[in-house]
Amino acid sequence: MFTVRKIFLGLFITTFIIGCGSSSSDNDPSGKTDTFDRGALLTNVADNIIIPAFQDLNTKLSTLKLDKETFITTPDQTSLDALRASWIEAYKVWQYVEMFNIGKAEALLYGFQMNIYPTNTTDIENNISAGTYDLTSANNNDAVGFPAVDYLLYGVANDDALILAKYADVNYRNYLSDIINQMQSLTETILNDWTTSYRGTFVSQTGNTTTSALNKFTNDFVFYYEKVLRANKIGIPAGNFSVDPLPEKVEGFYSKIYSRELALEALNAVQDLFNGKVYTSNTTGDSFKTYLLDLERNDLVTLINSRFDSARQKLEALSADFNSQINTDNTKMTEAYDALQLAVVSLKVDMLQAFNISIDYVDADGD
Amino acid sequence: MKFNINTYLNKNTNAAPLAVFRIAFGIMMCFGMIRFWYHGWIETLYIQPGFHFSFYGFEWVKPLGNYTYLLFIICAIAALMVAFGFKYRLAIITFFLSFTYIELMDKTTYLNHYYFISLLSFLMIFLPANAYFSVDNVIRKKTYENVPKWTIDSVKLLLGIVYFYAGLAKINSDWLFKAMPLKIWLPSKYDLPLIGETLMHQNWFHFAMSWSGMLYDLAIPFLLFYKRTRIFAFTLVLVFHVFTRILFPIGMFPFIMIVSTLIFFDANLHIKIISFFKRIFKIRASIFSLSIKSDYNYQFRKPVTGFLALFFVIQLIVPFRNILYPNELFWTEEGFRFSWRVMLIEKMGMSTFKIANAETGDFFYVDNDDFLTPFQEKQMSFQPDFILEYAHYLGDHFTAQGHKNVQVFVESYVALNGRLSQPFIDKNIDLYREKESFKPKHWILPFKDEIKGL
Repeated sequence: MFTVRKIFLGLFITTFIIGCGSSSSDNDPSGKTDTFDRGALLTNVADNIIIPAFQDLNTKLSTLKLDKETFITTPDQTSLDALRASWIEAYKVWQYVEMFNIGKAEALLYGFQMNIYPTNTTDIENNISAGTYDLTSANNNDAVGFPAVDYLLYGVANDDALILAKYADVNYRNYLSDIINQMQSLTETILNDWTTSYRGTFVSQTGNTTTSALNKFTNDFVFYYEKVLRANKIGIPAGNFSVDPLPEKVEGFYSKIYSRELALEALNAVQDLFNGKVYTSNTTGDSFKTYLLDLERNDLVTLINSRFDSARQKLEALSADFNSQINTDNTKMTEAYDALQLAVVSLKVDMLQAFNISIDYVDADGD
Repeated sequence: MKFNINTYLNKNTNAAPLAVFRIAFGIMMCFGMIRFWYHGWIETLYIQPGFHFSFYGFEWVKPLGNYTYLLFIICAIAALMVAFGFKYRLAIITFFLSFTYIELMDKTTYLNHYYFISLLSFLMIFLPANAYFSVDNVIRKKTYENVPKWTIDSVKLLLGIVYFYAGLAKINSDWLFKAMPLKIWLPSKYDLPLIGETLMHQNWFHFAMSWSGMLYDLAIPFLLFYKRTRIFAFTLVLVFHVFTRILFPIGMFPFIMIVSTLIFFDANLHIKIISFFKRIFKIRASIFSLSIKSDYNYQFRKPVTGFLALFFVIQLIVPFRNILYPNELFWTEEGFRFSWRVMLIEKMGMSTFKIANAETGDFFYVDNDDFLTPFQEKQMSFQPDFILEYAHYLGDHFTAQGHKNVQVFVESYVALNGRLSQPFIDKNIDLYREKESFKPKHWILPFKDEIKGL
């Protein structure tokens, strides 16, 4: 009766062999699916995308700082125009780093200190008149960063002459100066952390655990696209989450001409990261795209890129100022939202399923 | 050789296996409760969420606020009493009720193995698991050497059903011919030592695991049942469960299954285990002056065996209830739960709810974070009954807030076993008007593919 045991042993071995056999007869285009180098993905992202973008932002913010010095020494139309120009240049680059809320940026709540909008003008004016403030305090998150500068350069008064007049007051000059200095120094801190220590940690944490850099970075990327790009820039002001539209919640509310440009930059940044495109270059390296290709999900790569592209078309159809777009024809805004939303589905459902990333927030047993 | 049911029911066997099973079960359950608390899950799963997903017909079962802790304490103490065989009947009934209540509080946490524990503890209410080596023996001054054979066999049968049905469920084209979802799950374990980089991404390995998993589930009850294959089968049980434990976050389930499997072994092993306990704790029956009876006699044997027969008939039928539903089971999940479909599908979804005013057509989207925990949102996103219940909750919520003519629509996308996501729910259906029932849900969009199988 030892035969029974042998029969089943044989059965299992056969199964194994059948398993192998069926794989080679399967219409598998490659049969390889060999180990994808996740370290190469993180290295490309760190060295060719994140660090160059932070370096560029730091440069742009240093220029902003210089132009600000000129402006507060001689507040006239020329220096104001120069300051505004360097502000928007830096703001555009900001769209390339906001999604990297990891490492020092996460620890310092960098994003909260750089781009919370709508900015709180009452808090800003109170800070200015008080003359003392803690810019890093959470209470001041909506009184600092790019949106606060937007207000100070465009919104403190009704026209340029009146705006310039405001800067006769030393408190205005100091506040503008302090928040710009703060933005630059924060950015430099984070850049230095990347170049001196964090880069090594980042590229080495390729594991599939809730705390690994790869998983956090991937989750952050999807979160950024969904919550920051789709919701904050388009959905919330267009009234997708409220009974009525909230046009005062657009990015670049006071300058009135940049919200579309900023949104387009952000979408480009997202798509470039997905495709592993080297910052300000046309070469590409390992990325979510090549990872998906390695998993033989060409269908998904094509779909995601085409959804990004159609979202871009919808954004390009909007007026430069989303505030006026919402007030004149909000349908176009919600169409843009719907187009962006489709890519959320592809990233959050399909891409995360393909990677089978351990999700950081779900902690319980499985079946 | 004619099988006579009465002869079978009158057959007795050594009581030790049931006693060992009782002890192991009680200890593991007590540990499971403590572990649940230790991980902070009572707080995060039952106390923090403002809303809980209920099982149809059990909407009245809700977490009890801070008293939920008390419920877990009761459950843990009952488990410990079961282990000791102290006031066994009361203990196992309390355990069954408290454990089942916990599982019914929120179906977000539904796991097949929790259902298994509920069924097993229910079955154990009717078994004389305290007949031997229990505190009850001391209290009643008597102990039994033998128990009816069918009592031990009923536990084996329940375990056998779990395995066999789990195997049947794997006989489908995704599992066997696409190696799905293992093809998604295994490569993501690339960071395991040794096997991570060498095996986990191999196509043949995905197929080998799928096929052997299916055969294992189907064959293991029989391999355990026959004495000659038992050792081999137990080795397989060990290998299989240790392996799944390494690969997947399945908590205590592997240990529960491994230890439960011991009941298939002959009484000799269990007698040895008990004498081991006796030696360690220096227990001698003589000091309690127990009168030793030969056979345990059921007071109400006929109704009990009749009732348990019915219980098992139901167990055999319920997992097949999905045939009453017209659409793809893995897609609609109508009849998916309570049928041992374990680790069978990889499904992810995203469901965005739209609150509309029927009169004006104005609408806005809901941020699910405002109402659900991330875990609840994840589970809700791809399960129609969750979506419906949540839609009603949102409808009630916004109506109470003063919104008029509330309609609730959902835009839902789901990806199943690595297929591209597709629309899941008809977005033109006002879910606030739809009622939960056992009828097929007409508002689930058809699955645009075919999965063949049981």
